Amino acid sequence: MSDLDTFRAETRKWLEANCPQEMRQPVRDEGDVYWGGRNASFKNDAQKQWFETCRDKGYTVPEWPKEYGGAGLSAAEGKVLRQEMARINARPPLSSFGIWMLGPALLHFGTEGQKKKFLTEIANGEIRWCQGYSEPGSGSDLVSMQTFGEDKGDHWIVNGQKIWTSYADEADWIFCLVRTDKENKYQGITFMLFDMASQGVSTKPIKLISGNSPFCETFMDDVKVPKSYGEDIPGYVGEINRGWDVAKYLLGHEREMISATGGGDRATSLGAATSRQGELDPVLRAEMAMFDVDALSYTAMSEKFMDELKVGKGHPAQPNMMKYAGTELNKRRHELIMAAGGSTALEWDSEATEGGKPSRGWLRTKANSIEGGTSEVMLNVISKRILELPGG
Amino acid sequence: MPLYHDDDQAMLAETATQFMGEQGAISKQLRHWRDRDCKDGFGHDLWKQFAEMGFTGMLLDEEDGGLGMGHVEAGIVLEQIGRNLTPSPFLASSVLAATALKHGSNDMRGRWLPGLVEGESVYSIAVDEGPKHRPERISTKAEKSGNGFRLSGQKDFVLHGASSDMLVVAARTSGNDTDEDGITLFAVPRDANGMSHDAVRLVDSSMATHTKFDGVELDGDAVIGEVDGGRAILDAMLKAGRVGAAAEGVGVASGAMDMTVDYLKQRKQFGRLIGEFQALQHRAAHLYSEIEIARAVTVKAAQLLDGDSEKAELMTSVAKAKVAKTAGLAVREGVQMHGGIGMTDEYDIGLYMKRDRALQEFLGDQYYHAGRVAELSGY
Repeated sequence: MSDLDTFRAETRKWLEANCPQEMRQPVRDEGDVYWGGRNASFKNDAQKQWFETCRDKGYTVPEWPKEYGGAGLSAAEGKVLRQEMARINARPPLSSFGIWMLGPALLHFGTEGQKKKFLTEIANGEIRWCQGYSEPGSGSDLVSMQTFGEDKGDHWIVNGQKIWTSYADEADWIFCLVRTDKENKYQGITFMLFDMASQGVSTKPIKLISGNSPFCETFMDDVKVPKSYGEDIPGYVGEINRGWDVAKYLLGHEREMISATGGGDRATSLGAATSRQGELDPVLRAEMAMFDVDALSYTAMSEKFMDELKVGKGHPAQPNMMKYAGTELNKRRHELIMAAGGSTALEWDSEATEGGKPSRGWLRTKANSIEGGTSEVMLNVISKRILELPGG
Repeated sequence: MPLYHDDDQAMLAETATQFMGEQGAISKQLRHWRDRDCKDGFGHDLWKQFAEMGFTGMLLDEEDGGLGMGHVEAGIVLEQIGRNLTPSPFLASSVLAATALKHGSNDMRGRWLPGLVEGESVYSIAVDEGPKHRPERISTKAEKSGNGFRLSGQKDFVLHGASSDMLVVAARTSGNDTDEDGITLFAVPRDANGMSHDAVRLVDSSMATHTKFDGVELDGDAVIGEVDGGRAILDAMLKAGRVGAAAEGVGVASGAMDMTVDYLKQRKQFGRLIGEFQALQHRAAHLYSEIEIARAVTVKAAQLLDGDSEKAELMTSVAKAKVAKTAGLAVREGVQMHGGIGMTDEYDIGLYMKRDRALQEFLGDQYYHAGRVAELSGY
C-alpha cells in the first residue's frame, strides 16, 4: 500500500469516528455554514464538535503548515482529504475569507510574524475577515480606487468607501486596498489590515434584486490604521505602495477558485432533473439537451483544468477562460430552471419553493459574471494574454 | 487518467503535427486533388505514407499488424488531419472499418487487414440510408440465399465508396426497419456483382457515393461477427467514428481559429490592426473558450471509450455535438472576420467552412447527438 493509500484509509477511519452524522448533509442554508470570529455562535452541538475536532487536528486549513494551525498536508494528501470528506458529504468545519483569500496572500507575501499571528487566528476560527476591494467608482477598473490613507508617521488616517464587502457587518477585521500615493496609479496602493471595530468604520448591508445578501457598503471616516501591530507584524501585506501586486495575486487565486468550483460544473443532467417535475415542451427539451451538451463538456474541461493545474501545465491565464465559461453556463442553467418551473418558480417566499429558491437563485446567478471580474474583463484578458491580440 | 497528453502521446502529437503540416498541407493535398478533379478525392501516395508512419493500422491489435493504440491516439492524428484539411481515407478505413473488422473471424481479418496496414487498400462503411444519419432505422435487406446472402437496398453518404476495395455494409437479416436486433454487418468486396455506385462530389471536394445493392450475392464468410448480432458491432464502430470525427472537428475548428487570429494581427482598417477592435477580440476570445472545452470533452470521450466505460456512449454524443457547435462557430466567425477575402476561393478559410459542413453531417450532426444526450439521460 502506498503512503497515500495508507493516508486515505486512516482519513476514512478518522472521519468515520469524528464527523457527526448531522455534519454529513449538504449545506442547506446560511446557518449551516460556520464562519468563526469573535461573535460566532454555533447552530448546534454537532457543528461545534465538528469544528473543534477539526481545529485541534489542523483540518480547518489542512494544507497550511502546522506552526500556523494547519495540518501540514501535501497537496496530494489535501486532495485525498477533500475526496474522503466529499464521499460522506462532510461539511467544511470552518468557512472564511481568511482561509480562501487572506491566508494565501500571507503565505505568499507575509512576514513570519504576520503568519504566526494572523494565520493562526484564522485557522482557529478566532478572527473573521472581510475583503475591501471594490469602490462605487471602481468596479472592473479596480486600480482607479480612491480610498486614501494619509501618512502620519507610525500610522495612516484612512478615508473612503468600499462596496461589495461580503459580511462586512459580521467581520472582525478587513484586508483593504488603500491608496497611499495619488501620483502613482499601480504603485500607489497599500494592502492594509485593520480591525473593523476601529473608530470611524461603519457598514450598511446591500439588498440585491434577489433579496437580502451578505454584501455591504463599508465607510471609513478618519480611521487610524497602525503601520505595525508588534515586532515583525506590519499592518500591511507586502510592501507599502506595492499592494496591487498582492491584489493581483489574490484575484488570480480567486478566479482559480471560482473556476475550480465552477458555477456550471455539475456532472448531472439538467434536462433529466427538470423533466421529473413535468413534461418539457419540445423546444425547451431541445434547449435543455443543448445545455446538457455544453455543461457536460464543461465538466470535462474542469477536470482537464484541474489536472493541468496540479502539474503546472496550461496557460497561466486559463482561469479567466474557466471563470468566463463557467459563470455564463450557470446563468443559462438558471434561465432553464425558471422556464421548466413555470409559475411555481415565480413564487417569491412560499414554503413550496423554500422561500423562493428558484427565483432568488436565478436572479443571484446574474452576479456570477460580474463578481470576481466581469465576463467582459475575462474576454479582454483572454484576447490579450492568450490570443495576444494587439492594442491597449 | 489525466486529460492532458502523456509523454508518448505528446511525442505522437509532435510527429503527426509535423507530418500532416508538411505532407498533408492544403496546397499539397486538398487543393492539388480538387483542382485536378480527382475521382478519389484523396492521394494514394499520401495513404502509403500514412502506412509508413504507422497510422493506417494504429487502432489494430499487434497480432493483426497494428500498433494497438487507442482512440486518444487516433484522435491526435485526426486533429492534425482536421487542422490541415488533409483528405484521406483514415477515418473511414482506419477507424470505422477497422473497428468493425476487429470483430471479424481470423480469416476475415487475414483477408482485409494486411492491405489496410500497408496502405494498399481503402475501405469505407455503408450505413446511412437517406440524407440524414439515422442508424436506428435500417431497411437494406440481406436475405438467406443458399449458403450465403442476397443483399438489396441503397446506401447513401458512402465516403469515397467508388474508391473503396471493400465496404462494411449494415443490413437487416431479420425483423422490421426500426428493430434494434436483426442487423448483420457484411464485408462487401469491390467486385461484388450487383453493386453499383453513383459517385458525387461533396461541398468539401470529397467524394461519396449513393451505392445500390441489386441482389448482390455474398458468401457466408462475408458476415462480420454473428448473423443478426451486428448491432453491437455497428454501435462500437459508430462510437469510434464519432469520437474520431469529433477529434477531426477540433482540428478544423482550431485551424480556422488560428488562421483568423493571425489575420486579425495583420489586417489594417481605419489605420489600425483590426485585432485591436474589442468587438472582434471578444468574439475571438469566446471562440477560444469554446474550442478548449470541445477539445477537453473529445479527449474525455476517447478515454472513456478506450477504458470501455459505460459512460462512453453518452460522452461520445456530447463530444460530437459540442464539437459540431464549436467548429460551426469557428468557421462562421472565420469567414466573417476575414471579410471579403474570406469569400474568395483563393483564401483557405472558406475551405474550412466547407469541410466543417461535411464533417458535421457525418455520423450525426449536433441536433442528432443532442437528442441522443437527452434520450440517454432519460428525458
